[in-house]
Amino acid sequence: MHEWALAEAVIASVSDIVEREGFEEVEEVRIKVGELQQVEHDILKFALSQLRPARLEGTEFTIEVARAELRCRVCGNEWQFRKEDLDEHAAEAVHFVPEIIHAYVRCPRCGSPDFEVSKGRGLWIESIRGVRRGP
Amino acid sequence: MTDPRLSVIEERLKGIDEIIAIASGKGGVGKSLVASVLALTLARDGNEVGLLDLDFTGPSTHIILGVKGIQPTEDRGVLPPVVHGLKYMSITYYSGENPVPLRGVDTSNALIELLSVTRWGALDFLVLDMPPGIGDATLDLLRLVRRIRFVVVTTPSQLAFETVRKLIALLEELKVPVVGIVENMKTDSSDSIQRRALEIGTRFLGEIPYDPEVESAIGDVGKLMGTRFTKAVEQIRNEMHL
Repeated sequence: MHEWALAEAVIASVSDIVEREGFEEVEEVRIKVGELQQVEHDILKFALSQLRPARLEGTEFTIEVARAELRCRVCGNEWQFRKEDLDEHAAEAVHFVPEIIHAYVRCPRCGSPDFEVSKGRGLWIESIRGVRRGP
Repeated sequence: MTDPRLSVIEERLKGIDEIIAIASGKGGVGKSLVASVLALTLARDGNEVGLLDLDFTGPSTHIILGVKGIQPTEDRGVLPPVVHGLKYMSITYYSGENPVPLRGVDTSNALIELLSVTRWGALDFLVLDMPPGIGDATLDLLRLVRRIRFVVVTTPSQLAFETVRKLIALLEELKVPVVGIVENMKTDSSDSIQRRALEIGTRFLGEIPYDPEVESAIGDVGKLMGTRFTKAVEQIRNEMHL
């Protein structure tokens, strides 16, 4: 997913949680980004700073990378995703739709396309730290 | 831990007046042709129309439309290219000519990704070319997008109708609106599908005669629009009041 679309999704999601959980103040939002998505951190941070509503004005957004690991369903081989293994078009395609990796990558041991991304796909909100409204 | 993409899907679809899914219980009944031609005729008549190919493992609308060598533009997400007057989105922009072997969980993720990244803007209609059956993509779509109307395509074969009957039963159980049944590839004057539609209480929207000219019109939209197939789809459109 593109960084701006991603930032928009994060803001919408955090806003939902803040509303639901009754946060008065949000100090920190920790975001994990799977390596597979090859997100540009600077662009994501900039987009978050531009899109955030007033209630998240003081919030610090921390971005951490989760290494992408692949596991073959046929032979059980496990290996790490490396962006360098993809050409420019394929890397770009995987950036937008990570599952497209199945069109470009094969298990280095047995050649199967039937592998899973066991770690490091997509983006998720790891935690939100803040102050809840009093009763 | 929460998936932020789900929060943005409604936002992405909010400018769309009507979402119509062209579906079937099995493959090979002509869903993609019906979806493409329905979208093309709606656009020709001045509507803002999008077409989204959701058949990730067997996409074919790009071949019907003759789409080659174009890519979506990036602008705070992805803007679908305009093809023959349609905003057109397909996984083939990313997979190229390669096969895309996806298991269920990957299909779900790819679907969520495309829905959350694509900026359709204001549309009168978004036409969805569905994958066959009642598997992951269909279930995810029903979970993630609330206001879809289904048009279900069958052939005259009772084998096709049997799968269609199950699809409709599922949709009705889930209270998803079914506009009706289209009978494609009609070669005789039998009314058995029409009668069976009546039996299950589903509207029969019309039939599309088997048209041998269609094959040579694939990839040539000008020619496709002049076929008997397209005329039949237009009649079905009238029946749907679109």
